[in-house]
Amino acid sequence: MSTAPLLDVKDLEQRYTLPRESVFRPPGQVRALNGVSVRVDAGKSLGIVGESGSGKSTFARVVMALERPTSGQVALLGRDLNRISADELRRARRDFQMVFQDPYGSLDPRQTIARIVAEPLTVLEGIDRTTLRARVSAVLRQVGLRDADTEKYPHEFSGGQRQRIAIARALITQPKLIVADEPVSALDVSVQAQVLNLMQDLQEQFGLSYVLISHDLAVVDYLCDEVAVMYLGRVVEQGRPEDLFERCAHPYTRALLDAVPRVRAGGGRRRRGAQAIASQSAVATGCPYVSRCALADQHCREVLPELRKVGETHLAACHKAEAVMALPQLPVEG
Amino acid sequence: MGERSTMPLIEVANLGVRLNTSRGPAQAVRGVSFALKRGETLGLVGESGCGKSVTALSLMGLLPDSAVVTGSIKLDGGELAGLSDADYCRLRGNRISMIFQEPMTALNPMHTIGHQVAEPLRRHKKYSASQARRETIALLDRVGLPDPARRVDAYPHQFSGGQRQRVTIAMALACEPDLLIADEPTTALDVTIQGQILDLIADLVEERGMSMILISHDLGVIAENVQRMMVMYGGTIIESGPTDEVFRRMGHPYTQGLFRARPKLGARKGTRLTTISGTVPELADLPSGCTFADRCPLVIEQCRAALPPMVDVGPGHFVRCIRTDVSMAERVGALTA
Repeated sequence: MSTAPLLDVKDLEQRYTLPRESVFRPPGQVRALNGVSVRVDAGKSLGIVGESGSGKSTFARVVMALERPTSGQVALLGRDLNRISADELRRARRDFQMVFQDPYGSLDPRQTIARIVAEPLTVLEGIDRTTLRARVSAVLRQVGLRDADTEKYPHEFSGGQRQRIAIARALITQPKLIVADEPVSALDVSVQAQVLNLMQDLQEQFGLSYVLISHDLAVVDYLCDEVAVMYLGRVVEQGRPEDLFERCAHPYTRALLDAVPRVRAGGGRRRRGAQAIASQSAVATGCPYVSRCALADQHCREVLPELRKVGETHLAACHKAEAVMALPQLPVEG
Repeated sequence: MGERSTMPLIEVANLGVRLNTSRGPAQAVRGVSFALKRGETLGLVGESGCGKSVTALSLMGLLPDSAVVTGSIKLDGGELAGLSDADYCRLRGNRISMIFQEPMTALNPMHTIGHQVAEPLRRHKKYSASQARRETIALLDRVGLPDPARRVDAYPHQFSGGQRQRVTIAMALACEPDLLIADEPTTALDVTIQGQILDLIADLVEERGMSMILISHDLGVIAENVQRMMVMYGGTIIESGPTDEVFRRMGHPYTQGLFRARPKLGARKGTRLTTISGTVPELADLPSGCTFADRCPLVIEQCRAALPPMVDVGPGHFVRCIRTDVSMAERVGALTA
């Protein structure tokens, strides 16, 4: 038996109640998460991919204990974050920190970099000022910024530098887990590569784990040991990047992969099939992907596919997984 | 046709745009020249602040009043630079139209989508209300909005991001423009929706024989969607050519850097991305020589002396670099990687 995982999420469900439309009917619900279970071992990274509305950001907020789930549990180092007292939770927060998508919105424009980066420490631990200052400049150096930058304000930095500051703020408590919600999608391509390399270096140096939320499959492929694909609040496929990207087993993963524009020999446009949009609030029987799926049959419409093993380290929630895996490989970049 | 098909639809010569920013005057665009024939598609690639959107806005006549435009922009031989506002209003949405990045903010939340799509028809084509409504429903149907006859009276917030972008496309196409400018039309959308929107734009461009300028920071989007491309950096074009040709053999160290820095599917954990060191320069204080000199791995003393000329490196393929003998010896491109 291996040791307890760093993060263990079981059967997570999150529902939001919609405004009541009629006094005679119960209000509708958005089922943002429908039974998500994942685990992350220390030093490993999990990528979560999916379109908007798939529940990936809700997942991040629940894992960060910013929201209480409707049901299910989130355990970090064996402790259920929703069962410990508020005071214990506050102290536990030093082990898990978050980096947000928008480096322009996530840094307070009226505080100096030193105060922004020091804030998690000042809130979580009583610490004297000289130690604090030393930790701030150490962590800024680790993300590639200079000591001279501590008295500047966020507007004096470019997008990439701001994201480095946001990463420094997450790192300063020496967390075991960083949840990053689209950390590079607001950055330019050349800067994006710098930040991704930095995240990889920091992981090697400190043995961090990441939960990386992204819509960009290539980013996840580059940074993660395992990937979970979400669709309408469920994990529909999970496995190592090579499992998913070379032999995907769910038609949704295949559609996502197929949609990535590619630079390759011959160029030109590849046509993709039209895709209908599914609703988050409808409670349907059968597979939630059925309306968009080319392989769907009567069985798919009636029975919800469970996440099942389709390979050594590869899970998929599809009745037709074997058929999908047998499809010809998608074109790769040249 | 005859003469019309050989003459370029849009011809930009030595375009310069100076903007007044909080950090002082900034030369956002310098010496940009290109021509586009009817039915041709052109891609503009570059990072934020490279001048690609300012170039587009100057074609649309939508620059701020304080901007100083030099050079010439000709549409079917007629000069657009210095055109009065009233004259520009007759062109905009009629002969040239634009699709913006943010479908959330490009639509007015206070008017129905039907009203907004009909506006150019009423204004430019002088359609009656009922004519315009009929045409609007037909347009919404063409861009793939479900149930257009009923949805025409709905407000923007009642649509998803992809649907809103379809509405802005319908708006841009209402008067069958000669030139469509699409500025990052899919950046705010999910990757599966991005595919659908790009398919739709490609179909419409082909169907109506329009010319298109597609602006994107995504090399993949450019590679799949346009015939010719230009790469911009620091306000100038640093590489241009037929898309296949540029991707076959990239000439400028910056284009090569962009291509290498892209995370690619199949690049497993543990591989490192090749980065371009430093950041995009401030337009307010650009270096005097080659704008890429401070970040370039191949930089030599001469690079800083003067802006390099465009060098001919292949059929229709030009690179603004004096070190193409070294940069192109490496053969960076989709066929060689």
